[in-house]
Amino acid sequence: MRVLFVVLGMLLIAPLVQAAPPSVAVEPAADLKAFRTNFRSQFPDLLLNGYVNGPYNFSKSERTQWNQIMEFPPYEFALQEGKELFETKFPDGKSYASCFPNGGIGIAQTYPKFDAISSKVATLGIALNECRDAHGMQPLNLTKGPPAAIETYMVHTSRGKPIDVTIPDDPRALAAYEAGKEYFYSRRGQLNFSCASCHVQAAGKRLRGDVLAPALGIAAIFPIYRSKWGDMGTLVRRFIGCNKKVNAQPVKADSARYRNLAYFLTYMSNGLPMAAPGARP
Amino acid sequence: MAYTILIRAMASGGTTTVETLVKHPMDSGFVKGKDGKIIPGHYIEVIEFAHNGNIILTGYWGPAISKNPFSKFSFKGGKLGDTISVSWVDNKGEHTSTSAKIM
Repeated sequence: MRVLFVVLGMLLIAPLVQAAPPSVAVEPAADLKAFRTNFRSQFPDLLLNGYVNGPYNFSKSERTQWNQIMEFPPYEFALQEGKELFETKFPDGKSYASCFPNGGIGIAQTYPKFDAISSKVATLGIALNECRDAHGMQPLNLTKGPPAAIETYMVHTSRGKPIDVTIPDDPRALAAYEAGKEYFYSRRGQLNFSCASCHVQAAGKRLRGDVLAPALGIAAIFPIYRSKWGDMGTLVRRFIGCNKKVNAQPVKADSARYRNLAYFLTYMSNGLPMAAPGARP
Repeated sequence: MAYTILIRAMASGGTTTVETLVKHPMDSGFVKGKDGKIIPGHYIEVIEFAHNGNIILTGYWGPAISKNPFSKFSFKGGKLGDTISVSWVDNKGEHTSTSAKIM
């Protein structure tokens, strides 16, 4: 009799015990293909490499103004400053070149990278700070100022090279990628928009006075000189700005959230040519 | 502060076009900083362009010109190898000049 009750009891509680959700395979390569196909079917006349020019593909007046401002690229000063800072030796005699393959020249297109030792994604800005840390120096701002200038110089040496972000077959790397992907497609903030709301669903359309860039190719041009800022800014600077724009609470610049988002977003532009530093309204 | 001036002068068909990007904060003196205090005015007052030593353009700039101004103008004359020079002085008395050859 007691056995019967125990069995009945177990049968009753069984539905209340949640089974582990079925594991969905993380397939970045398949995601990339679907991402591209979505945009290319939306804009059949746009060449794949042209996506790096973002809003300028959709607005003649913005393109004309861009051509005018590029007579003397507005990031020229940051480029010069960045080169000087990049080549300045640390107090211990070493320099940034000692922390990167090929002395840091022509390698920016491989970032963000998954760091197997720290189990975290490292963007170029974070790698620069890790370099500083390894040589006994304080980390710098990840969004603007001198570190943005150094990034400006480093990405410039990679101009034209196809973006080449690697997602190793490591469950931690795949989890970081998946977290970035989830963030991209999740709604947030008072305005309840996701990144995709503007940069996928409304790509090429106007948002107030601006033309929205498609998410494909958007990572190829950072850091950018943004006329609105009158200054250079990194991808993270823009993430924080976008959060604020939808009245969502931004988080710290070096947080996992933005690292993973950068990982996903840059991977989605794999194969497209680096067109950084960029100039945007 | 390093005051860079980027300059490019190109001659074609008897006319020379001069483009410059001048690095300068051009603070108007009307803007408040994050601390709530006015950022003092710091702007170029006079800028001069010369061709082979002869002044061809004088600009009376001021607080209305925005940061890192870009300017472009053309003049009749000038040939390959001539010197175009530019110099400015600002309201704090700071000054810089540079020159380049016409391409």
